[in-house]
Amino acid sequence: MTIELLRFTTAGSVDDGKSTLIGRMLYDTKSLFEDQIKSVEKTSKDRGDEYVDLALFTDGLRAEREQKITIDVAYRYFATPKRKFIIADTPGHIQYTRNMVTGASSAELAIIMIDARKGVLTQSRRHGFIASLLQIPHVVVAVNKMDLVDYDEATYRGIVEEFRTFASKLDVPSITYIPMSALAGDNVVFKSGKMPWFDGSPLLHHLETVNVGAARNLVDFRYPVQYVLRPNQNFRGYAGQVASGRISPGEEVVAFPSGLTSKVKAVVTMDGELNEAVSGDSVVLTLEDEIDISRGDMIVRQGNLPRKDNRIDATICWMDETPFDPKANYQLMHNTRLVRAIVTKLNYKIDVDTMKREETNNLALNEIGRVQLTTTQPLFFDTYNKNRHTGSFILIDMATNNTVAAGMIRGASREVDDLVEVTQENAEIRRQRTENVVWEAGALSLEERESLNGHEAAVLWFTGLSGSGKSTVAKILERKLFEMNAQTMFLDGDNLRHGLNGDLGFSAEDRAENIRRVSEVASLGFAHGNIVLASFISPYNRDRNYARGIVPEGKFIEIYAKCDIEILKERDPKGLYARALSGEIKNFTGISAPYEEPEDPEMVIETGSGTPEALADQIIQMLISKGIIED
Amino acid sequence: MSGYQKSHLKQLEAEAIHVIREVAAQFERPVLLFSGGKDSITMAHLARKAFFPSKIPFPLLHVDTGHNFKETIDFRDRYMEQIGARLIVRYVQDSIDQGRVTEETGPYASRNGLQTVTLLDALKEFNFEAALGGARRDEEKARAKERFFSHRDAFGQWDPKNQRPELWNLYNGLKLPGETFRVFPISNWTELDVWMYTRDEGIELPSLYFSHQRRVINRDGVLLGASEVVYPVGDELIEEKTVRFRTIGDMTNTGAVESPAADIHAIIEEVASARITERGARADDKRSEAAMEDRKKQGYF
Repeated sequence: MTIELLRFTTAGSVDDGKSTLIGRMLYDTKSLFEDQIKSVEKTSKDRGDEYVDLALFTDGLRAEREQKITIDVAYRYFATPKRKFIIADTPGHIQYTRNMVTGASSAELAIIMIDARKGVLTQSRRHGFIASLLQIPHVVVAVNKMDLVDYDEATYRGIVEEFRTFASKLDVPSITYIPMSALAGDNVVFKSGKMPWFDGSPLLHHLETVNVGAARNLVDFRYPVQYVLRPNQNFRGYAGQVASGRISPGEEVVAFPSGLTSKVKAVVTMDGELNEAVSGDSVVLTLEDEIDISRGDMIVRQGNLPRKDNRIDATICWMDETPFDPKANYQLMHNTRLVRAIVTKLNYKIDVDTMKREETNNLALNEIGRVQLTTTQPLFFDTYNKNRHTGSFILIDMATNNTVAAGMIRGASREVDDLVEVTQENAEIRRQRTENVVWEAGALSLEERESLNGHEAAVLWFTGLSGSGKSTVAKILERKLFEMNAQTMFLDGDNLRHGLNGDLGFSAEDRAENIRRVSEVASLGFAHGNIVLASFISPYNRDRNYARGIVPEGKFIEIYAKCDIEILKERDPKGLYARALSGEIKNFTGISAPYEEPEDPEMVIETGSGTPEALADQIIQMLISKGIIED
Repeated sequence: MSGYQKSHLKQLEAEAIHVIREVAAQFERPVLLFSGGKDSITMAHLARKAFFPSKIPFPLLHVDTGHNFKETIDFRDRYMEQIGARLIVRYVQDSIDQGRVTEETGPYASRNGLQTVTLLDALKEFNFEAALGGARRDEEKARAKERFFSHRDAFGQWDPKNQRPELWNLYNGLKLPGETFRVFPISNWTELDVWMYTRDEGIELPSLYFSHQRRVINRDGVLLGASEVVYPVGDELIEEKTVRFRTIGDMTNTGAVESPAADIHAIIEEVASARITERGARADDKRSEAAMEDRKKQGYF
C-alpha cells in the first residue's frame, strides 16, 4: 500500500498549547521512544512540573527550553499506516512572522491554534492571513483547552462564528474547525467522549484523510533546468524537478529565454525511461534537437506558456534584521535562475493583524509589503496564485548573501502610464478604486455557495472576431452545463448593450467602458457561485486583462475563438462584414478597428474547423481537468 | 487526480535529488561525506541517481578514526570500486601524530570528538565549499531545526540563530570567501524511511546491520563490541550475544542491540515497532542533554 505524504504547519501563540498538541500527537500515535519519554520525564521532574510536559518533546534548542518558547522553525515527523507527516512547527508571536511564512511555504495544511478561553485573538487573524497569503489549501482551526471551559459548546460555537466571519475576507478554500484539549487528549488522536455535541472527526483522522496534492498544479508544464548532463558526445540531458504539470516523450516544447523549439525525446532516470514526468518528479529530459540550454532556463510546452516580464508586481515578506532599503540592489532567485533586481516602488505595507494597507518607505523584519521590482533579465513566471513554484522567489542581500525576503508574484508590473492611452481619466480612478476598496463580505461565502452547487465558480471569457462563433459555442456549452446541474450566467453584447450599456458606442473609450462594466457584472456573478460565460469581441488585450485582474487567479479562463477573417467575410450571415467593408459601419473589428490576439489564453478553439458541439465538449473537458466541475 | 499521488518515498527521493543537484550546480567544489553507514550509502545511491547517466561529479570523503569496524572499511572499498566514485580518506591518527589533537586516554577514550578537527582540516586542504551529509532531522532534537543548506562561518561553526530561512524549494548557496555549507538532502527522512528505501531500491549494506554473533561488553546499558580499543573495566564481562547495529560509527561508542533481525524485512519490522531511538544506543549523546547542540556548534555534523 502506498503511504502518502502530508506536509503541514502549526501556528500558535506562546501559550496556545501548540507544542503540547504536537507532543500529544507523537505520544498517542506511539511515535515517541522510551528514551525520549524518559528524558522528558526527567526534565519535567527536575524543573518541578506536576505532570509530564508534552511540549518538551518538541522544544529543541537549549535557549528556547530555558525561555520555554520555540524560536525557530522545527521539523517533526510521524507516521501512521496511512500517511507520513512532516510538521513545520513555527512559533506564533509577533516577531516571528518570518518563521511562519517559511513553514507555510511548503505546507499543504495549516493548523491554527486558538485558546478556547481567549477566543479569536489578533494573532489568530494573523495566522489566517499568512495561510491565505501563502495559499495553503487547507486550514484547520484547533480550538484548544476546551477542558478549561468545561467543554462548553456555546464557547466553541462563538469562536467558530467569529473566525468564520473574519475568514470570509481570506482566500482559503477549505477551513475545518475542531474543539479539543491537547493536554487531556480530547479529539486529537481519539474522539472525545466529553463533547458529544461535536459530530466532526478528531484531528488525526482529518490529517489522514484530507485531500493531498491540492496545492499542485498539474496543468501547466514548467521545467526549470537545474543542471546539464553530458557524460559523452552522444548524450545531452537536462536535469531538473518538474515544477508543475506533466510531460511525455514526443511532446513539442520550447526553451526560454532562447525560444528554441524541439520535441521531448525521453524522460531518463536510473530506473529506466519513463512514459511521463509529473509535477514534483526529479528527472532528466533529452530533446530531439541539439539546442543550447543551460541552468536557469525553463522548458515548457509550446501551447502553454508562462508570462515573461522584467517588471514584476509582488508581495514580499521581509526576513532580515536589516530593514529593506528601497534603493539597494538585490539578487533575486526564481526557480534555478539568479538575476539582479531593484525595487522601483514600495506601494504599501500590510498590517498583518488588521490586513489594512499603510503608507511606508521601508519594511522592517517580519513586515509584509507590496512592491514593484525590475530585474536585469526577464523572468518567465506564473502568478503565485496559479503556481506556487514559478510564482515565488527570494531576495538575497548583495553584501551578506543572506536571504532577506520571500516574494510572491502577483503579475507583471503595470504603471499608470501603461493604461493612459486607453482612458486617461479612468486609469487613475480605477487604480485608486481597486487599491483602496476593502471587500465587504456577503452574508454567504463563495465557499458555501460552491459547496451547495457542487462545482467551483469561474469566469469563461470568450473573445474573438464578430461572427467567429463565440456565442454559438458558449450557448451550447451553457446548455450542457445546465444539464450537468451547474449554476450558470450568460453575458453577451445582445443582453448587455441594450440595457446596462445602452449609453455606449464603439469608440475605443466606449469599448473599454463596456468591457469594464461587463467585467464587474461577471465578477459579481462569479462571487455568487456561478460559472459565468461572457462572450464579447473584446478586441483589446488591456481590456481583457482588466477583466482577468478582478477575478481570482485560475478562475478566469480566457477562450479565444480563432477563425480566419477571410472565412468570416465569406460566411457573413448578418451581412455585417459587407457593410463594414463598404464603410457603412465604422470601427468594425477586423476591418476598420484592430483586433489584438490574446497573448496567453487558457484555451484556443478553432471555430473555422470544429463543430460548435465538439468545441463545447472540449471546453467541458478542460473545466474537468481544472477541477472546476466534476466528471 | 489520485493517480498522480506519489508514494512518500518517491517524494522524499525527488526532494533529495533536487537538493544534491543544487549543490553540484551552485558550488565549484562540493564533497560527499561518506562514513560507510546506511545513511551515507543511501546518500551515495541518491547522488548516482541525481546525475545518471553521468558519474557523481564530486569526490567522496571518509574520515577514518582508526577505530572503525573492519566490516565498514571492507564494504567502503568494495562499494567505491563498484560505483566508480573517487574516494578521499583522511585519518584521525594523522591529526594525532601532527599534534593537531590530543587523544583521550583510559578505557573510556573515544576518538569521536577528534574527528571534527580532521574533518575541518580535510575540508580546508581541498578547499571544499560544500559538504553533503546524510544527517536527518529526526535523529536528535538539535537537528530538528537544521536547514537543508546549513551555513557555516569561516571557522566552520554553526550559529543556530543565524541560519538562512528556506522557502519553497529555493536554496541559497551564495557565500563569502572562507564560508562553507553543510548540506543535508535526506533531512526529511526518518530511520524507517531509510530502511524502507534501501529495501525498495535493493541497496546493499554492510553486514554489521544484520543480526550476527558478537562478543560484547555491557557498559551503562550500551552494548559495545569487544575489541583492542574496547575492553572490560572493573567488573564488566565479555558476553557472546546475537546483535546488530542500528548505526555504524566508531567502535568505542556505537552500541549494538540484541536482535534476531537477519534481513531487511525483519529489520523494518523491528524498527517500525522499536521503543528506543537509534541514537539512544550512542554513548556520545548521553554525556549531556544538549550534547549534540554543543558538538554542532563546534563543527561536528
